[in-house]
Amino acid sequence: MNRTRLARWWFAGTLLVSLLAMLLPLPTVLEPFKPYWPALVLLYWTLEAGDRMTLGMAFALGLGADLLDGVLLGEQALRLTALVFIALRFRSRLRFFPMWQQTLAVLALLVNDRILLLIVRAFAGEALPPLAWWVSPFVGAALWPFLFLLMDDLRMRLRIQ
Amino acid sequence: MGPESSSPLFTGSVAGTLRLIFYLALAMVLMVLDHRNGWLWRVRYNAAVVVEPLYKLAGMPSAGMHALGVAFADRKLLTEQNQHLREDLLLANAKLNRMAAVAEQNQRLKELLDTRHNLTLKVQLARVVGVDLGAYRHRLMLDAGARQGVKTGQPVIDAHGVMGQIVHVLPSTSEMMLVTDPDSAIPVVIERTGLRTVAYGSREGDQLTLPTIPRAADVKAGDHLLTSGIGGRFPPGFPVGEVVSVAPAATGTFLEAHAEPSADLDRSQDVLLLHDLAAPAGPPAPAPEAGPPASLAPAVSSAAPAPATPATGAAR
Repeated sequence: MNRTRLARWWFAGTLLVSLLAMLLPLPTVLEPFKPYWPALVLLYWTLEAGDRMTLGMAFALGLGADLLDGVLLGEQALRLTALVFIALRFRSRLRFFPMWQQTLAVLALLVNDRILLLIVRAFAGEALPPLAWWVSPFVGAALWPFLFLLMDDLRMRLRIQ
Repeated sequence: MGPESSSPLFTGSVAGTLRLIFYLALAMVLMVLDHRNGWLWRVRYNAAVVVEPLYKLAGMPSAGMHALGVAFADRKLLTEQNQHLREDLLLANAKLNRMAAVAEQNQRLKELLDTRHNLTLKVQLARVVGVDLGAYRHRLMLDAGARQGVKTGQPVIDAHGVMGQIVHVLPSTSEMMLVTDPDSAIPVVIERTGLRTVAYGSREGDQLTLPTIPRAADVKAGDHLLTSGIGGRFPPGFPVGEVVSVAPAATGTFLEAHAEPSADLDRSQDVLLLHDLAAPAGPPAPAPEAGPPASLAPAVSSAAPAPATPATGAAR
């Protein structure tokens, strides 16, 4: 009982921290390289606890992120829902990939996410972003193995299902 | 989180797809409604109880870094900085004293001319909250909001010039749009020649664009831009930027100039919010009292309200 509650808090806490990490400012030079943290953390939970993860949660997290970001309500909700849907579809395969293959899959998911964002922005009538804007998925994918191992290790230590 | 009966390998794909379509449609409806009405900010205002502490939390690391920087800064560096600031203050005070005399004289002369303009400036200090609102967005979060009397449309300045204007207000934070934002437009006057035009934010970088300068106009690199006060949002006479290049626009009918903003957009930690503008928003009242008697004045004032329209639409 206590264990499941802890698991639930840990789950919610990591998602909240990912939202905060999204808001955290970086020096202007590093700005375009910032990975999309909510997507990475959400992907981790989709792969590791996919039976608990639903599209509704992804949607809710996206709405929260939109409220914080203040760009367009529903934008990140759309992106994260699509991301989690794809990840859930291929979850049983993705989980047993070796790490490098998994990283490539994450890269593909993040690039797909950027394309979705680009489509939304284009519909909203915004200008095309510069080339450096496309670097972020690669940084996210490069960080993926470390994030995955770190979160897995923490989960083992806390003995959370 | 309840017990899942079906194996994750065979989760009902039809139901999953339907759910996906439902959520995607919901997100799209939200986006369209938000884009049309912009009620995200109304939702945000009501959700401020949750949202603002998160901003404070997210702003903490940068504030902490700042504090650490101060704490571990070299004593010598600090002394130097202090000395530098002292000199600046002295200089500014000297200038101010002279200005005060001029202002007083100006005031007297204006009283003679029976105008009700005054040079008093009501300002409010605000700090920039170190929160990232997304790459390539020319927005800043300030730590003053509706409770501190901040209103949408207030101009924001720093020590060097106009930074932008307030676009959204939350109970104790507010969001400002920098002059370099593509949505921003600010009526300016070129200091050297008195030519009036509008400076827009640019899509490319941290510069201002002045796309509608008549071909015959005399504009050079190095010209200073001041706010013209037309449109009533920004008070006249504040530095906005310095022209760096002038070239014929792509359409060929105008000259297009690019300008570097004079405010420290990247580095300012403290900003000033201007209160109680001299002129209300909207077309300025005709001011025949200022200047020579009406019988001698050329009919300029009738043309003045025309460039005001882009300015009033500046805040989306």
